[in-house]
Amino acid sequence: MFKILEKEAVAHNVWKYVIAASDVAKKAQPGQFVVLRLHEQGERIPISISDWDRDAGTITLIVQAVGHTTQQLAEMNAGDHILDLLGPLGKPAVIEQVGTVACIAGGVGTAIIYPEARRHQEVGNRVLTLIGARSRDHLFYQEELAAISERVLVATDDGSYGYKGFVTDLLRQLIDDGIHLDQVIAVGPIPMMQAVAELTKRHDIKTIVSLNPIMVDGTGMCGACRVRVGDEVKFCCIDGPEFDAHQVDFSSLLRRSQLYERSGTSCNSTENMGEGCDGQCHK
Amino acid sequence: MSQVDIFSKHAAGSKGTERAPMPTQPPEERVKNFREVSLGYSPETARREASRCLQCRHRPCTKGCPVGIDIPGFVRLVAEGDFAGAAAVIRQDNTLPAVCGRVCPQEVQCESLCVLGRKGQPVAIGNLERFAADWERENREDAASKPVSVNGKKKGKVAVVGSGPAGLTAAAELNRLGYGVTIFEALHTPGGVLAYGIPEFRLPKDILAHEFKELERQGVELRTNVLIGSTLTVDDLFAQGFQAVFLGTGAGLPNLLGIPGEDLNGVYTANEFLTRVNLMKAYLYPQVDTPLYLGKRVVVIGGGNTAMDAARTAVRLGSEVMVVYRRSRENLPARREEVLHAEEEGVEFRFLASPIAIRGDEQGWVEAIQCVNMELGEPTENGRQGVKPIAGSEHWLPADSVIVAIGQGPNPIISRTTPGLETGLHGVLKVAPETFMTTREGVFAAGDIITGGATVIKAMGGGKKAAQAIDRYLRHKNSRLIGQSIGEV
Ligand SMILES: Cc1cc2nc3c(=O)[nH]c(=O)nc-3n(C[C@H](O)[C@H](O)[C@H](O)COP(=O)(O)OP(=O)(O)OC[C@H]3O[C@@H](n4cnc5c(N)ncnc54)[C@H](O)[C@@H]3O)c2cc1C
Ligand SMILES: Cc1cc2nc3c(=O)[nH]c(=O)nc-3n(C[C@H](O)[C@H](O)[C@H](O)COP(=O)(O)OP(=O)(O)OC[C@H]3O[C@@H](n4cnc5c(N)ncnc54)[C@H](O)[C@@H]3O)c2cc1C
Ligand code: FES
Repeated sequence: MFKILEKEAVAHNVWKYVIAASDVAKKAQPGQFVVLRLHEQGERIPISISDWDRDAGTITLIVQAVGHTTQQLAEMNAGDHILDLLGPLGKPAVIEQVGTVACIAGGVGTAIIYPEARRHQEVGNRVLTLIGARSRDHLFYQEELAAISERVLVATDDGSYGYKGFVTDLLRQLIDDGIHLDQVIAVGPIPMMQAVAELTKRHDIKTIVSLNPIMVDGTGMCGACRVRVGDEVKFCCIDGPEFDAHQVDFSSLLRRSQLYERSGTSCNSTENMGEGCDGQCHK
Repeated sequence: MSQVDIFSKHAAGSKGTERAPMPTQPPEERVKNFREVSLGYSPETARREASRCLQCRHRPCTKGCPVGIDIPGFVRLVAEGDFAGAAAVIRQDNTLPAVCGRVCPQEVQCESLCVLGRKGQPVAIGNLERFAADWERENREDAASKPVSVNGKKKGKVAVVGSGPAGLTAAAELNRLGYGVTIFEALHTPGGVLAYGIPEFRLPKDILAHEFKELERQGVELRTNVLIGSTLTVDDLFAQGFQAVFLGTGAGLPNLLGIPGEDLNGVYTANEFLTRVNLMKAYLYPQVDTPLYLGKRVVVIGGGNTAMDAARTAVRLGSEVMVVYRRSRENLPARREEVLHAEEEGVEFRFLASPIAIRGDEQGWVEAIQCVNMELGEPTENGRQGVKPIAGSEHWLPADSVIVAIGQGPNPIISRTTPGLETGLHGVLKVAPETFMTTREGVFAAGDIITGGATVIKAMGGGKKAAQAIDRYLRHKNSRLIGQSIGEV
């Protein structure tokens, strides 16, 4: 059993949880995630480790309520227990000193990009952060990201904060302004990551994406999370979740992420995942 | 009737009598539920079946048992009606008789060597093993448990990684030998393949839960939700004071076909499909949260136990199922009983056909699978018959879902994160033949992780021998240490 120590609303429909999980906290690295199961009848779902405190033995998860399990989690509070939690899973992000790095997040991807951006700053990279969200209410981690980034640029769908439009427009602007980027990291809805990958490929900028396919065990046992990367089939949970964006087959990923829409589960995450998502994946 | 009568060759109740069939739920009924198919012998049937045994002096059947159970001994006790005694005899060599009685391929092991099988049908050793184990569980709750040696100081601490048959058996044996044992399991439920792979209708999960409860009662600690190699590394385990580590992590990584269309929606590995149903209970959706989408027409690729389990599970979920296997019926690696049960349940078989592509509709859902017919060729070096495609025989079969059940390989997490662990062909861990020690001192392994996908009983046999090797290793090491410290004084 894993106790929820704190719960806080950080944005529209997005909650932050601090959870007692000392073994996971000791090992967590940027880019890694946990798989949790709330109760005996629960589904196993993957959630990124957004932060950790090794001394206190806690991890921080940022979860957007998009469906059945995440909504049940949204109804839980400090003092409640999560039945099962396994992690850290996935390969840690490879973070080296490269120069200038653009960290691009869409919606809840901000939670995933934060520990990576922080590590980039720690190893001496110049960090430019670009965030896309549906509206002002959907933004979070602004201050945390501002503290470690040289610049934070925001795009909202409705223009209620920052630039009105797609986060990829902001990236294009940076490139057009002649800012040299040594690396780009993008985390968010699949169409957003795909758009970023297409843009950076044209400019030959190394780009990493953090993928979020459907998972079951998270240990390499089921193959649900398989993705096409270049000529190979990779298991996202043990070979990823980060891959070279220019090698990822996004159309296959997008298709597979809709698998359970047929069986009656529905998604409203387009609204919340931020712009860049054209809604196609969740029709 | 005195004992002598029963077992004298004349009475060999034997001669005329037929092997007692295992009572089952009728096929038309069982395809609608997930309850166990085989219902087990009654005490009378068990005694009658056991009394068919000739009690041969040279005991051929025992040579077919990978863990060397005293088969004539326990069968004799069943015949005499001493069921507790029979169970105790089995338990000397097998910690999971209720499981093995249900899932061992007896027809190629013990029963294949039974003398009665030469002219007629062999003694139903597996059914009798199951009977004795079930009787014990149902009638003598505490029969299996020896008093826990509370006062006895533990000889040392050993970590067991993985709770499948190999880990379970190693843990039980190490505990019996006086070590403090902690099992680390990545999933939320222990049991390995027995929990997530083999369906409820073949191995009720209560039986497994009972075995783990028993093990914990005997003092073994069980920690789920720990992925060794990540949550804790093998080095962490040594740092925490474990003196030896046993790896029984199995072969859980599913193989893929590598054909076009394998990433279409509706294509599952058998592991995903079975995990959703067995471990996550997706057949109860929406009472449980894990969904499963399965189409009307399901094609299962493969011919092993995994393929049979997937096919029979799909039948129970209401689909029409076809198994496509590239060799002939005689080559099916699955247990014979599973094949028979699958056929009774309406699973269709297509032999000598191999998939070459999967086609999807506009939305990316499976629509059909293309196969090519195969012909049998020369036996290959591993003794199995080779097959080759027949040119021009390509054809499409309609399919709404495809389940790929073509075997599993070892999971790479531990070998990636443990310095000094060497792997061999297909990623299996290398171990020394007698000691079961890997290329890393103090780290031992057995089960599917060293053999590749095999059987429950082989994993158990390996786990037990490895536990004994760990005991030898630690006794030797500790005596050397004591020797050294005496020398230093
Ligand atoms: C490696 C990884 C890291 C993740 N990190 C986070 C995180 O930090 N915070 C967070 O809020 N979410 C994260 N996700 C996504 C999260 O796992 C899903 O939102 C969650 O599984 C949905 O479960 P549900 O029962 O609430 O929704 P469901 O009722 O199952 O489904 C709702 C909708 O979400 C879609 N969906 C299901 N699984 C996923 C998935 N894995 N990714 C995207 N959409 C999905 C479904 O297709 C459906 O349309 C991550 C996913 C992965 C694979
Ligand atoms: C569907 C199916 C049906 C089968 N039917 C039969 C049958 O009828 N008869 C038969 O004899 N055999 C059968 N087999 C084969 C048999 O189940 C296996 O040979 C046997 O289970 C192997 O046992 P094991 O202990 O080596 O590994 P497993 O049973 O695979 O157990 C390994 C365990 O280790 C855990 N693990 C893995 N990595 C880690 C890690 N890093 N940290 C912590 N835990 C970890 C896994 O989660 C798993 O629980 C079947 C196999 C399958 C897949
Ligand atoms: S989630 Fe099962 S293999 Fe990756």
